[in-house]
Amino acid sequence: MIGGLFIYNHKGEVLISRVYRDDIGRNAVDAFRVNVIHARQQVRSPVTNIARTSFFHVKRSNIWLAAVTKQNVNAAMVFEFLYKMCDVMTAYFGKISEENIKNNFVLIYELLDEILDFGYPQNSETGALKTFITQQGIKGQHQTKEEQSQITSQVTGQIGWRREGIKYRRNELFLDVLESVNLLMSPQGQVLSAHVSGRVVMKSYLSGMPECKFGMNDKIVIDKQGKGAVSDDAGKSDLGGGSSGKQSIAIDDCTFHQCVRLSKFDSERSISFIPPDGEYELMRYRTTKDIILPFRVIPLVREVGRTKLEVKVVIKSNFKPSLLAQKIEVRIPTPLNTSGVQVICMKGKAKYKASENAIVWKIKRMAGMKESQISAEIELLPTNDKKKWARPPISMNFEVPFAPSGLKVRYLKVFESKLNYSDHDVIKWVRYIGRSGIYETRC
Amino acid sequence: MPAVSKGDGMRGLAVFISDIRNCKSKEAEIKRINKELANIRSKFKGDKALDGYSKKKYVCKLLFIFLLGHDIDFGHMEAVNLLSSNKYTEKQIGYLFISVLVNSNSELIRLINNAIKNDLSSRNPTFMCLALHCIANVGSREMAEAFASEIPRILVAGDTMDSVKQSAALCLLRLYKTSPDLVMMGEWTSRVVHLLNDQHMGVVTAAISLITCLSQKNPDEFKTCVSLAVSRLSRIVSSASTDLQDYTYYFVPAPWLSCKLLRLLQCYPPPEDGAVKGRLVECLETILNKAQEPPKSKKVQHSNAKNAILFEAISLIIHYDSEPNLLVRACNQLGQFLQHRETNLRYLALESMCTLASSEFSHEAVKTHIETVINALKTERDVSVRQRAADLLYAMCDRSNAKQIVAEMLSYLETADYSIREEMVLKVAILAEKYAVDYSWYVDTILNLIRIAGDYVSEEVWYRVIQIVINRDDVQGYAAKTVFEALQAPACHENMVKVGGYILGEFGNLIAGDPRSSPLVQFNLLHSKFHLCSVPTRALLLSAYIKFINLFPETKATIQEVLRCDSQIRNSDVELQQRAVEYLKLSSIASTDVLATVLEEMPPFPERESSILAKLKKKKGPGAVSVTELEDNKREGGELNGEGDRGPDPAAMASSNASTPSPSADLLGIRSAAPVGAAPTSVGSLLVDVFSEAGPAAPSAAVNDDGFLSSASPSEDPAPPLSEADELLNKFVCKNNGVLFENQLLQIGIKSEYRQNLGRMYLFYGNKTSVQFASFTTTVSCPGELQSQLNASDQTSGTTGRGWSPDPTGTQHRVLTDFSDAPLLNIKFRYGGALQNLTLKLPVTINKFFQPTEMTSHDFFQRWKQLSQPQQEAQKIFKANHSMDTEVLKAKLLGLGTALLDDVDPNSENYVCAGVIQTKGQQVGCLLRLEPNGQAQMYRLTLRCSKDSVSRRLCELLAEQF
Repeated sequence: MIGGLFIYNHKGEVLISRVYRDDIGRNAVDAFRVNVIHARQQVRSPVTNIARTSFFHVKRSNIWLAAVTKQNVNAAMVFEFLYKMCDVMTAYFGKISEENIKNNFVLIYELLDEILDFGYPQNSETGALKTFITQQGIKGQHQTKEEQSQITSQVTGQIGWRREGIKYRRNELFLDVLESVNLLMSPQGQVLSAHVSGRVVMKSYLSGMPECKFGMNDKIVIDKQGKGAVSDDAGKSDLGGGSSGKQSIAIDDCTFHQCVRLSKFDSERSISFIPPDGEYELMRYRTTKDIILPFRVIPLVREVGRTKLEVKVVIKSNFKPSLLAQKIEVRIPTPLNTSGVQVICMKGKAKYKASENAIVWKIKRMAGMKESQISAEIELLPTNDKKKWARPPISMNFEVPFAPSGLKVRYLKVFESKLNYSDHDVIKWVRYIGRSGIYETRC
Repeated sequence: MPAVSKGDGMRGLAVFISDIRNCKSKEAEIKRINKELANIRSKFKGDKALDGYSKKKYVCKLLFIFLLGHDIDFGHMEAVNLLSSNKYTEKQIGYLFISVLVNSNSELIRLINNAIKNDLSSRNPTFMCLALHCIANVGSREMAEAFASEIPRILVAGDTMDSVKQSAALCLLRLYKTSPDLVMMGEWTSRVVHLLNDQHMGVVTAAISLITCLSQKNPDEFKTCVSLAVSRLSRIVSSASTDLQDYTYYFVPAPWLSCKLLRLLQCYPPPEDGAVKGRLVECLETILNKAQEPPKSKKVQHSNAKNAILFEAISLIIHYDSEPNLLVRACNQLGQFLQHRETNLRYLALESMCTLASSEFSHEAVKTHIETVINALKTERDVSVRQRAADLLYAMCDRSNAKQIVAEMLSYLETADYSIREEMVLKVAILAEKYAVDYSWYVDTILNLIRIAGDYVSEEVWYRVIQIVINRDDVQGYAAKTVFEALQAPACHENMVKVGGYILGEFGNLIAGDPRSSPLVQFNLLHSKFHLCSVPTRALLLSAYIKFINLFPETKATIQEVLRCDSQIRNSDVELQQRAVEYLKLSSIASTDVLATVLEEMPPFPERESSILAKLKKKKGPGAVSVTELEDNKREGGELNGEGDRGPDPAAMASSNASTPSPSADLLGIRSAAPVGAAPTSVGSLLVDVFSEAGPAAPSAAVNDDGFLSSASPSEDPAPPLSEADELLNKFVCKNNGVLFENQLLQIGIKSEYRQNLGRMYLFYGNKTSVQFASFTTTVSCPGELQSQLNASDQTSGTTGRGWSPDPTGTQHRVLTDFSDAPLLNIKFRYGGALQNLTLKLPVTINKFFQPTEMTSHDFFQRWKQLSQPQQEAQKIFKANHSMDTEVLKAKLLGLGTALLDDVDPNSENYVCAGVIQTKGQQVGCLLRLEPNGQAQMYRLTLRCSKDSVSRRLCELLAEQF
C-alpha cells in the first residue's frame, strides 16, 4: 500500500510530505527529487524504482505529486488515487498551483488524513468529503450533534456518496457527453490507429433519494430490445452530426462511478443508480469502431534543395454543414535548422513559433463539409550535421458539438417514490462535446 | 549585471542567460532556447554581414546553450571567422568555441589551423598565447601534426615573451602526451634544458614539467638537466623568501618549482660529479633543517607548502638510498609527523616510512617507531591510514621484532576492516613463515589466524602450512596435537577442518598414544565436522579417512561403515561418490602391504617461490616496493627455513591451483596416485586414470619432478645454430609471417612488422606434445659484429604450457647500420627430463627495412647512372630454381619490400624495383633490375645501391629466391 505522499514544486522543494508507513524514511523525499525532478535526462516513466522503493508520480502544471511505497502495489490503483486526489484538490481550491497549495496546507493535510488511512485509500468522494471537511473554519463547528452523527452514518453507510434530506425547488439535471478523439493517419490518408475515449459527466440537483436510469445506444442493449423500443427516444437526442445512419455503437470497455449498481449492469446491462449531489463523472468508455473523424489533414511537403522546404497543408471538415467546429489549431512542425518562414493562409491566422519549432495555424470557427489550406516556405540553414530531419507528424486541436463515437443518450429517467415529483417534472439538459486528443497526420 | 563598458557588455547574452535562469521548468527552458536558436539561425542566414560584435554575441549564446546540454550543429563557421578578428575579446570567444565544440574530423580544421598559424606568427603575445592554449586544449593528433615542429621553435626563440614561452612549454607537454611520436626534440634538447636557467620563474616552472616528462622517455638526452636542476634548487632553497617576490607562497619560496625540481631529480641516479652532489646534499639538508624551524605563519597553506617540499625531498633521499646520514634524518623527521595532528601528514609519514624501511641504512631507525605505529594501527580512525600502518609494520618486521609484530597484527585482525583483512592475513602468514624461529610458534600463529579470520584465509595460506609441516619432521607431532585441540572447538572454520583433516590423516599416529586422542576419538572428531563442510573439503576428509585405515587398522570397520553409507556411496556429487567407492574397495581388497604403499606418507614438497608471496604481489600490483624488497630478504633468511633455497610448492599444489579442471582435487590425490601405478592391482589402474585427469601436470610431470630439479641447476651454453637455419632464413626473405621451425616437439610461428628502421617480431611457440615443458627460456642474441649493427631486444613473457602459448614473445629490432648476418634465437626447455637446446636464426634481413619508392622512368635511369661506380653494383647471373611465372615473380618482388615499377624498362619482360633502406644513421637507396631469360631459364640480377655492402648482401639474398 501507499507508504507516503509528497508534493513538490517545480524546483523540487517539498510542499507537502505525509508519511503513512514506517518503511518510508525522510531520505525518500530527497531520492525522488534527485533522481526524477533534477535528473539529467528527463524521466518519462511515471513509475521510478530507487533502492527498492517505488515512486509513482503525476505532474500537474509545475507541481509534482508522488506516491511512495516499498511494497508491490497495484500501480493502476495508485494512479487512480493520485488522479482522484487531484480532482478533490481542484474541487476544494481550484487550480493546483504552488500558490494554492501553500495557501491550503492545513486543508490538504486534513484531506490526506481522510482519504488515505495507513496507506489504504478511503472515501474520496468530493461531495461526501465536503460535508465534514469544510473551509469555513469556525462555522463548521455549528453543526448539531445530529448532523454530525448523520455524517458518520452516511459516510460509513451503504450510500456513502449522498446524504438524506436534500431538497431543491427546481429539480434539474445536466448531462454532458465529453469525448476526445485520437488519430494517427498516414500521409496517404490511411488510418493507422484511431480511438475515442469518452466520459459522461452529470450535474444533478435532485431532491430526496432519487433512483435514476440511464440509457444510450449501446449495441448490445439495442440488439436485445429489438426495433420497437428504440424509436421513442431516438428522435429527441439525435443531435449528433455525421453521416452515420447507424443506430448503435459498440463500446469496447467502460467504467462507472461507484454509485452505479454493477450487478444490474452485469445482468441486464442497464445503468441504474442513486446519483450523488452536484457534479460527478458517471461513466468512462472507449470505442474503436466506426469513428467519425471530424477533420482530414492532407499534407504536402517538398524539399527544394538543401536550404528550402515548401509545405502545403489542406484541412477538410467532415460533418454536417449545419454544425460549427471551434478552436481549430493546426500545428506543423518545422525542421530544427529553420532560419526563416513565410506563411500564407486563406482563413484564420498562422504564425511560426520558434520556441516550439512549429507553425501554428489557428481558425476560430469552421462549418462542416468545408476545406481550407495553408502554404509555407521554410528557409533552412545548412548544417554540418548529416542527420536527416525526422519529420514529426502534423497535429491538430479542435472542438465539435457532437460525439465522434456516435454515442447518443436515449433516456435518463428519474424515479423518486417518496417525494411527489415524477420524471416529467425534472428539467434535463444534454450536451455533446467532441475534442481532439492526439490527432496526428504524418507528413 | 556588473557594469561593463558598452562595447563588450553583450547585453543580449546577459538577458538570455537571466531568462534561462528564471525559467520555471525544463519545458520553459527548452522553449526559450528554441526561440533563441531560431533567432540566431535567421541572423546567420541573413544576407547582410554581421559585425564582429554580434557574431561574438551569438557564438557566445550558442556556447552557453551547448554547455546547458543541447546539441549545436551550426555556427562553427562564424566562430572560425572570429579567429581572424583583431579584437582580443572576439578572438578569445572564437577560440573558446573551437576548443569546446569543434571535433577533429571537421572540414573546418584546415581553416582553424590556418588561423592558428597566423596567430602564432603574429608576434602579438596575447594572440600567440590564445593560439597555444587552443592547441593544448584541443590536443588532437591533427593539431600535433600541424604544430609539433613549430612550437619548440617558439619555445626556444630568444625574442619570445616569457608568458608565451610558458604557454609554449605547457602546450608542447600536452602534445607530447597525446602523440609522443610526433614531437621530435632532436636539436632543441639542449636549449630546452637551458630553460632551467631562465630568469623568469614561470618559464622555469612550465619548462620543468616538460623536461620531466621528456626525460622519463629518454633520460640520456636530458642528462645535463641534473646539474642545472641542482643549482636552481640550491638557489631557491638558500634564498631568503623575499627574493622571489611573486613566487613566494606564504613565506615559502617557489614551492611548486622546488617540488618539480626534486621530482625531476628522482628520474636520475645520484649525480656523479662530487661538487654537484655536495651541493644537492647541502640543499636536502637545508630542507630538512627548515622543517625544524618554527613556522613563519600559522596558515595551513604555509605548512602545506613546506611539507610538500619536505616529502618530495625525502622521496628523493629514499630514491638515492646512498646517504645514511640523510636517510636517518628523514626517518626522524617522519617520526615526528607520525604523531602530528593532521591525518594527512600521518598518512604520508607512514607511507614514506614504508619505503624507508626497505633501505639498509634506515631500517634500524624506522624500527624505533614501532610502538607509535602499532598505536596508529589500533587507534587511527581512517581505514586508509590503518592500512598504511599495517604496511609499515610489515615492512619494518625482521627477526628481532617478528613475534611482537605478528602478535599485534593478529590481535588487530579481530577488529580489522573487511576491506583489508585478506591482505592482513597474507601478511601475517608471510611474516610468520619468514621469521619463524621455532616452528611450533609458526603453527600456532597460522592456526590462530584461521581461527580469527577463517573466511579471509585464502587457499594458498593453508597449503603453505601443510607444506611446511610435511617438510619439517620436528613440528609434525606438535602440529597434529595443536590441530586436534583446535578442532575441538564447537564451531571451527572450514579451512581449519581442511588443515586438520590433512594433518591428522598424515600424522595422526604421532598423537594416537594419548588416550584422549586415540584413533577413534580423532576420527569421530573429524567426522563430526564432515556434514557441515563443502564438497571439496568432504573429498579431502574422505582421503584422510582412508589414510586412517592405513595408520590405525582398528578404525577400519568404523570407517568402512561410513564409506558404505548411502550418503557417501550414492552421493550426488560424482567426485565424492567415486572416492567413497574406490576407497571402500581399496580398503577391503588390498592387502596391508599394498595399502601401506598406496597410502604412504607424503614425501616432502620441493620448494619454489612462496605462493603466498606471489598472491600478495598480485594483490598489491607492481607498485609495492616493500614486497620485492622482502623477497630479497627472504633469500638471506632462507637458511632459517631449513630447506635452504628450495622454495615451496610442487605438483600437489598445482592440483589445487585455479587451473585445476576438477575442483575437488586435493593434496592427497596425486602423490598417492603415483605409487598406485606401480602396484598393479585392479583398482589401482582405475585410480591412475582418475588422478591423471585431476591434475593438469599429469603423472609424468609429477613422477619426474625430482629428476627435473636435480638436472635443472647446471646451465648449458646455447647450442650451435641448426644446420638448416640458413635455409629457414631464406624462406622469409619475401614474407613476414609463417612457420619458422617445426619438429616433433615444438612449432614456432612468426609474425613480424617493420616500419622505417624499426621492426617487431612476434614468436608463437606451440607445444605439440601433451606434456608441459619445464623451464622454457628463450634468448635473442646478436653474434659478433652484428651487435653494433642491429639492436635486438626481446620482451619475453614467461611462456610454457601446452598448446599455443597465449602471449607471444616479442622481439624488437632497431637497425643501426646495414648488416648481413641474422640474430640468433636460442630456446631451451625440458621435455621428459631431457634438456632441449635449439638455436635458430631469426629471419631479420636487410631487405625488411625497405621503404618502397615510386619514380618515373626518367628519374630511375638518371639515378641508375649516378650509381655507376663499380663497387656500388652487384650483378649475378643464375639459373632459375623455381618457375618463371610472371605473377609469382611480381609477388616475390613486392614481398621484398621495394616498389615494383611498371613502364620503366624499355623491355617489358624485365622487372625494375626501387626502394630505400632505413637505418638509424643513414638511408640507403637501392635500385634493382631483374632480367629473366625464358628460353635459357636464367636470370640476370643487377643491383645498384648507394652503399656497396648492401648491394652485395641483397644480391646474395635474392639469388636464392628465384
